[in-house]
Amino acid sequence: MATLSDPPSESFQLSKLIRDTRYRSYTFQLIALIALILVFAYLGSNLASNLAEAGLNISFSFLGNSAGYDINQSLIEYNNQMTHLRATLVGALNTLLVAFLGCILATIIGVIVGVLRLSKNWLIGRIMSIYVEIFRNVPVLIWILIIYFVMTAAMPSARDYLGEEPERDLLLGLIAFTNRGVYVPAAVFQPMGWVVLGVFVASIFGAIAYRRYATKLLYDTGRLLPMGWPMLAIVILPALVAFFVLGQPIALDRPDPLANRFNLQGGIPISGAFIALWFALSIYTAAFIAENVRAGILAVSRGQTEAAASLGLRPNRIMNLVVLPQALRVIIPPVISQYLNLTKNSSLAIAVGYMDLTATLGGITLNQTGRAIECILLLMLFYLAISLAISAVMNAYNSAIRLKER
Amino acid sequence: MSDTHAESVAFVRDTMIPEQAPPASEAGAVKWVRSNLFPDWLNAILTIVALYLIARLVIGAFPWFANGIWNASSLSECREILDGATGGCFAVLAERWNQLLFGFQYPSTEYWRPALAFVLLAVAAAPLLFWMYLPSRLLVLTALYPFVAYWLLWGGTILTPAVAALGFVVAYLVFARIERRSFALALGAAVVAAVATWFLGGLLVDALPRVLALPEVASRNMGGFMLNFILGVVCVSLSLPIGILLALGRQSKMPIIKWICVVFIEFIRGVPLITLLFVANVVLAYFFPPETNIDLILRVIIMITAFASAYIAEVIRGGLAALPKGQYEAADSLGLDYPQAMRLIIMPQALKISIPGIVNVAVGLFKDTTLVSIISMFDLVGMIRGPILASTEWNGVYWELWGFAILMFFPVCYAISKYSQWLERQLATDHR
Amino acid sequence: MKKSVFLGALTVAGLAAGASAAATLDDVKARGTLNCGVAPGLVGFAAPNAEGEWEGFDVSVCRAVAAAVLGDPTAVEFVPTTGKTRFTALASGEIDMLARNTTWTFSRDVDLKFEFAGVNYYDGQGFMIPRELGISSAKELDGATVCIQTGTTTELNLADYFRANNISYEPVPIETNAEAQPLYLEGACDVYTTDASGLAATRASFENPGDHVILPEIISKEPLGPLVRHGDNDWGDIVRWTLNALIAAEEYGVTSANVDDLAEGTDNPEVNRLLGTEGNLGEMMGLDADWAVRAIKANGNYGEIFEQNIGESTPIGLSRGLNAQWTEGGLLYSPPFR
Repeated sequence: MATLSDPPSESFQLSKLIRDTRYRSYTFQLIALIALILVFAYLGSNLASNLAEAGLNISFSFLGNSAGYDINQSLIEYNNQMTHLRATLVGALNTLLVAFLGCILATIIGVIVGVLRLSKNWLIGRIMSIYVEIFRNVPVLIWILIIYFVMTAAMPSARDYLGEEPERDLLLGLIAFTNRGVYVPAAVFQPMGWVVLGVFVASIFGAIAYRRYATKLLYDTGRLLPMGWPMLAIVILPALVAFFVLGQPIALDRPDPLANRFNLQGGIPISGAFIALWFALSIYTAAFIAENVRAGILAVSRGQTEAAASLGLRPNRIMNLVVLPQALRVIIPPVISQYLNLTKNSSLAIAVGYMDLTATLGGITLNQTGRAIECILLLMLFYLAISLAISAVMNAYNSAIRLKER
Repeated sequence: MSDTHAESVAFVRDTMIPEQAPPASEAGAVKWVRSNLFPDWLNAILTIVALYLIARLVIGAFPWFANGIWNASSLSECREILDGATGGCFAVLAERWNQLLFGFQYPSTEYWRPALAFVLLAVAAAPLLFWMYLPSRLLVLTALYPFVAYWLLWGGTILTPAVAALGFVVAYLVFARIERRSFALALGAAVVAAVATWFLGGLLVDALPRVLALPEVASRNMGGFMLNFILGVVCVSLSLPIGILLALGRQSKMPIIKWICVVFIEFIRGVPLITLLFVANVVLAYFFPPETNIDLILRVIIMITAFASAYIAEVIRGGLAALPKGQYEAADSLGLDYPQAMRLIIMPQALKISIPGIVNVAVGLFKDTTLVSIISMFDLVGMIRGPILASTEWNGVYWELWGFAILMFFPVCYAISKYSQWLERQLATDHR
Repeated sequence: MKKSVFLGALTVAGLAAGASAAATLDDVKARGTLNCGVAPGLVGFAAPNAEGEWEGFDVSVCRAVAAAVLGDPTAVEFVPTTGKTRFTALASGEIDMLARNTTWTFSRDVDLKFEFAGVNYYDGQGFMIPRELGISSAKELDGATVCIQTGTTTELNLADYFRANNISYEPVPIETNAEAQPLYLEGACDVYTTDASGLAATRASFENPGDHVILPEIISKEPLGPLVRHGDNDWGDIVRWTLNALIAAEEYGVTSANVDDLAEGTDNPEVNRLLGTEGNLGEMMGLDADWAVRAIKANGNYGEIFEQNIGESTPIGLSRGLNAQWTEGGLLYSPPFR
C-alpha cells in the first residue's frame, strides 16, 4: 500500500481538455452549449432583424380582440363577437372531443378486430387481416378525405328530409342521415329530469355494489348468484320507474323538418366533417390497436391457456380470467401511444374543415390576424401539453403494472 | 381390469381391423369447411354474414369495374357513354396519369428521368435491403445513388453531384488516414477536407456549367406521387444518421448534451407533423437572414427530417437499451474508447435490433408525406384535391381517383412492412 | 453535420437562390426572374392550363411587371399561395409581389405592413345558390348552410352581414375554391359565398351554369389589387405604375397591336410620355424608356387582359361593371403620366 502514492501532481495543460477523459466531457459539453447558444442567437437575431425590417413585433394582445368569425360546432357558448382566445378555446375543446371519442371508438373496433383476427373462423380471420393491412398501409389523410367526400356524394341531401312531403323520412322519426351530417334528437331535461338522471347514476353504483356482494358471496360460501339479468334490472328499472312516476320529465328534441327551408332544425346536428374525421381516425387507429391486441394475446404463453383449460375453465372464462389480464400488461402501453398518435392526427381536421384547434387558432385566427409566429407557437404548446399529459399517464401506468419481482 | 371383466368377455379380436377412410364429414374439404367456417353456431352466423357482405360487395363492384370507361375526355362524356349503367370513369386516370405521377409542372419531355431514377432506386436499394445475400461491394451502388438521382431529378450539370460525392470520398479518405490517432481530430479533418473539396468543386461547377447537363427542373415543379417518393426517401435517409446521433446523445452521460437531445426529441414527438409543416411554410423564413431564400420543398425536407429523426432516435434508443450491459462492459474492458466501442460493438448490435422499428418509422413517414398537400404542395393527394377534382371535366370523380391513391400507397407500404417482418425473422438469433 | 452538407450541396446547385434585401428591384434584376405569388387555382384569375402554364387576370399583371422590369413576360416564377401563406410569403421575401385577389383593407395595409399598388379589380362579396331553391334575396337565407373560403375577408363580412340582418347560418369553412365546388354541387351547403368574380368563375366551371343564380346582394367592398412589402417604395412605384400604365393604355387606346406603331411617336403628349418617346419617366423609376411598351405588349392593355381572361367572351363572362374606365362610368382612373 505504501508504494501506491498519489500520482505526481502534474501541471494543467490545455491538451488535457481533449485527451484526459476527466476533462473531455466538460470540453464537449461546453462546445455543445456554446454551439447551441450561437444557433439560438443567430436565429433570434435573424428573427429580430426580419421583424424589425417588416415593422412587426411579437405580441399576444391579438388574442383579446374580437374574433369576428363564426364556428359551426362549439361545446361552449360562442359567437363572432367573442375574442380570439375564446375561439381558440372552442377549437381546443373540439380537438379534445374528437380525440376522446376517437380513442373510445378505436379501442372498441381495435379490440374486436384483434380478437377476431385470432378466431378459429378462417373467413373472419382473413377479412380482419385484410382490414388491418389495408388501413395500416394507406395514409390517414386519404382515409379522412375519402370518407368525407364519399359521405358528401353518397348520402342524401338534407333537403330531401324537408317540407310537408319529404322524399325521405327520419329514421324511427328520430335520426336523419344527410350529406351535411347526422341529426340526432337531443334530450331536454325539465327540473325533475335531473332527478331521473340522479336515480340512474345511483343505480349504476347499486349494480356495482351488487356485483361486489355477489363476488364476495361466491368466494365466501361458494353460492353463485345470477349476475347478468339482476344487474341490468338494477340499472334500468329504478330510472324507468322514476321517469314515469315523475311524469316523463325528459323530452326528446327531435330534428324538425318543417321549421326551416334549408336545414333540419332542433336536435343535435353532428357535422359531416366531424363524423368523417372521427370515423377515419378511429378505423385507422383501430387497425394499429388490433395489431397490438393480437400481439398481446399471442404473447401470453400457450401453457397458460392449456393450464386454465386443464383446470376445467370454459373458453370465455379462460379469456377473461387468464389470458386478458396478462395480455393487457403487454397491450396497454402501445395502445396509449396509439391514443397519442390519434390525438396528433386529429390536427388533420383542417383538411375537411372541422373546427379543431388547428383550424381555429392555426387557421382562421392566423389568417385574420397575420400573427403566424404567435399562433403556431401556441398551437405547438397545446399539442405538446396534451402529449406530455398522455405520456405521464403512460409512465404512471407502466410503473404501476411493472412485474413486482423478488 | 382383467380381474374384474375377464369372465364376461365373450370375444377377443386377435387381428387388426384394416384402416378405414375417415367419414366424409371428417376429411378433405368438408372437414376443412366444418372446422374453419362452421365450428359452432356463433361462427356459423359470422361466416354467413361475412359471405353475404362479400357477395354484396362483389356484385356491387363488379359492374363498376367491368363497365369502366377508360377513354373519355370528361365525366359528362363518361356518363353519356355509360348511359345510365353503373361503371367507373377510369378515363380520368388515363388522361391525368402523368399529372398524378409527376405533378403538372414537371416538363413532359423529361418524364423519363424520374422514371429512370425510380428504377435505379430498386437497384440501389437491393444491396441495402438484402445485404446478407448480396456481396457488400454492391453497396457502392447504394452510396452512388443519391447523387445520380439528384442529377436525374433536378438536372443541371453532372459536375454538381459529382463534386458533392467527391467531397464525401475525400472526407472518408482523410478520416481513414487520421482515425488511428484521434477520432475527434479525424472527424474535424474530414469535415474540413469535404468543405474544401466542395468549395473548389463549386468553382469548377461555376466555370463549366454545361458539362453533361440535363435541363434543370426547379424543385417547386416537382409534384404527384414522385414528390411523395422524393420526400419519403430523402427524409428517411437523412434522418437515420441524425437519429443515431440523437439516440447516442440521449444515452450520454454528459448532462448538457443529454438534455439538448431529450428536449429536441420530446418536443418533436409531442407536436403533430402538420404544425411542423406550418412552421416550414409560414414561420421558418423569419429565422433566416433576408438574403437566403430557401425554397419550400427544402424547408419541408428540413422539418420532416427533424420529425423522422426524433422518432428514429427513440427506436434506436430502444435498441441500445435492449443490449445487455455486459456488451458495454466488455467493450470497456477491451480498452476501446467511446467512438470505437460504439462503432465496433454497440451500434452494429443495436441497429440490428432496431431495424424493424426503423422500417415502421419509414412506412409511417412515407404515409405522412401526403400532409404536404395541406400546405398547398401538389403531391399525389394535392393533385387530386386541387387541380384534378377542381377541373371542369373531372369534378365529381371520387372513387376512381381515391382508389388510385390507395393503389399507389398500399403496395409500397405493404411491401415495406412485409419486408420488415421477414427481416425480423431473419435476424431472430434466439432460436425460439 | 449531414444536414449542413446537404444544404451546402443544394446551394451549390442554385436551388436556394434569391435574395430579398431592401432593394427588391436590384434583386429581381440580379435573379432574372420575378417571384410572383398567385392563387393556387382560380380559373380566370390564376390557374395552370393543360400545359402547366399559368394564365389568368392576376397572372397577366405579374407578366406585365416582369416585362417592364426584365423585358421578358415569361421571366416569372409563379408561387401558388393559400390564404394562410400569402402574407408570410410576401413578408419573408419569398415572393416579390402578390397578385392574388387580395382585398385592400386598412389592417393589411397598416398592421401587416404591406403596400397596395392599386386596384386591378373592384369586387364585392356575393352569394351563389341553386336556382331550384327559389331564393331571390340574401335576406331569405335564414338557417342556411354556407360554404366559405377561410383565410379571407369573406368570412368576416359574412358574419357581419348575418349579424346585422339578425339571421342565422351554419358556416362550412373550406380551404380552397376547388374543394368548395363539390360540396356546393352535392348540396352539402346551400350557399357558396366568395367574391362575385370568384363566384362567376366557379359557376362557369360547372356542368350546368344555368342551374345556379348569383344573388343580387353584394355585401362588401372588395378592392382587389397587387401588393408589395412596406418600406421598399421604389419597388412599390414600379408595380403601381405598371398597373396604371395598363389602365391608362386602355384609356388612350394603346393596345398590344398598335403599341409598336404608337411608340414611334404620336400627337398625344400623354401617350408619348407613357411610351417613353417624350420625357424620362422610366428613368425616374430606374427602368429604361420603353418599359411601358413592353408591359403593354406582354398581354395587352387592361381592357385586353380583362377580355382575354374573365370578359364576356370567356366562360367566366364578367361584364366590366365597376371595372370600366372612368370615361365609361366605371371606377378605373389612372393618375396622369406626367
